[in-house]
Amino acid sequence: MSAPPLATSFLHNQNFLDVLYIVAFSLFIQGLRGLSGPRTAVRGNRTAAVGMAIAVIATLLNPNEGNWGLIALGMALGVAVGVPAARQVKMTAMPQMVALFNGVGGGAVFLISWAEFRLTDGYSHTATYIAIFSLFAAIVGSVSFWGSNIAFGKLQEILPGRPISLGAAQQIVNLVLLILAVAAGIDIAAGNHSELLFIGLLVCAALLGNAVVLPIGGADMPVVISMLNAFTGLSAAATGIALNNTALIVAGMIVGASGSILTNLMAVAMNRSIPAIVAGGFGGGGAIEGAQGAGEHAGTVRSTSAADAAIQLAYASRVMIVPGYGMAVAQAQHAVAELTKELQKRGVEIGYAIHPVAGRMPGHMNVLLAEADVPYDQLEEMDEANQEFARTDVSLVIGANDVTNPAAKNTPSSPIYGMPILEVSNSHSVIVIKRSMNPGFAGIENELYYEPETTMLFGDAKSAVSEITAELAQI
Amino acid sequence: MILASTLTTNLAILVLAGFVGFVVISKVPNTLHTPLMSGTNAIHGIVLLGGLLIIGLSGNGTFNKVILVIAIAFGTINIVGGFLVTDRMLEMFKSKPKSPSGAVKDAEAKKEKAP
Repeated sequence: MSAPPLATSFLHNQNFLDVLYIVAFSLFIQGLRGLSGPRTAVRGNRTAAVGMAIAVIATLLNPNEGNWGLIALGMALGVAVGVPAARQVKMTAMPQMVALFNGVGGGAVFLISWAEFRLTDGYSHTATYIAIFSLFAAIVGSVSFWGSNIAFGKLQEILPGRPISLGAAQQIVNLVLLILAVAAGIDIAAGNHSELLFIGLLVCAALLGNAVVLPIGGADMPVVISMLNAFTGLSAAATGIALNNTALIVAGMIVGASGSILTNLMAVAMNRSIPAIVAGGFGGGGAIEGAQGAGEHAGTVRSTSAADAAIQLAYASRVMIVPGYGMAVAQAQHAVAELTKELQKRGVEIGYAIHPVAGRMPGHMNVLLAEADVPYDQLEEMDEANQEFARTDVSLVIGANDVTNPAAKNTPSSPIYGMPILEVSNSHSVIVIKRSMNPGFAGIENELYYEPETTMLFGDAKSAVSEITAELAQI
Repeated sequence: MILASTLTTNLAILVLAGFVGFVVISKVPNTLHTPLMSGTNAIHGIVLLGGLLIIGLSGNGTFNKVILVIAIAFGTINIVGGFLVTDRMLEMFKSKPKSPSGAVKDAEAKKEKAP
């Protein structure tokens, strides 16, 4: 009997490994189901992580596996970078972290396609369909890698958040880059084995990734990250078909599908269409209009002091907090939670009005407030909050801007016209805590600040809120 | 023939997985959108498997080894970072069921005393 020992042959049996893959993607599906409910979410995420571990182990058991030193090196590098990054990132910087993790995923995809191209001498020993899927993965992965890096740069404020575009030529340039990348792909799939052509394809896709994301304003960035997330998923699925690997196909496609849904949900919440976002052109016109608006309204802004604000709040029976990204940047969520506890002690009813895209990603604000131990039942979603404003005495707007701008309802020419907003101006009075009169992320002037019931408290969100709390103690 | 059937089987899996993705995600509260995006983001780190499979094949030159090690590192960052960050986000929601009811009771008790 020259058969290998039972245990070894069983572990390296292809059917057994396929079963492990099936277990892995069942766990992914189960995990995602868990992630869609608040109570099951933590378990869901861990279930998916276990699935991932099983998929990785099954791949390492593959009888053709080798080069263990290099595998260990790569994975050790990944862990050394990924774990501290994930552990130390501040909750406010979460969106750009997700962008970065998404980007490296896209990077892995195009590098794998490149290696596959080189290993098969330009797909000369493989079926045409394998070349097509591998090339698709290379283009989409490269777009996703560069696009995500630009999104990271914009959110981290390494790059300016405002749109950087070539103007009218932008769409033509994008189209030409896309056509060049696809044409290179077609040529390779049709039998051209030149590696220079493949590198040209990667370069065109890289330029395209930059060209698509650079003209998009910071306010649209969550939608872009979600879209690139779906892109990376699709490219992973394509890699799966090129490598005939079921786990890659299933996991990649599930992410592609769910990412598309999420992207759409976000775009709907902001009343933006995905083609309009990708085509760019948001922000420029708005900034000009905003500047004119500022001229018209100048002088009608009323400012207030922390002491006055404290009195107003102390004698209110219902206060609505309207948090925005400005609160997150100033790390003011804990100070705000303090203030509301103090107000509750005085019998003031508290609510937090959460716009679906407050912060920089849907649900981002909820994460930040949860971090500051704000009770879950004080958080009110937009529709609920809008019914409450009429019976609210004071709305305290902290670092929120575009999501409270009445122009979205009243000014058809405004670039944000039609976006659902928090109807803060329906409450009896409004206090806005803001650094200065600078327009917000979308670059649009906010009419709310000029309305008669609005007073402005200028200053850093954290110190302004702490001052109010201090003043409150003296009343 | 064999290649064709592999392709069609894989395409069938692709289409079905797409439908599963749509169905599983359709009903998600706004609150969970960010963790969900982060969680799905971690799952596409599965491209790591592609790197692991190709690096095991014979015939990789030095340049290929370099880009594959980078690809494996990238995939690992995507997976490890993605799941950890999602876990951190979700941990913040986890303590919710206890504290809010307690806080509300507190607040209500104080409200009753206040007047």
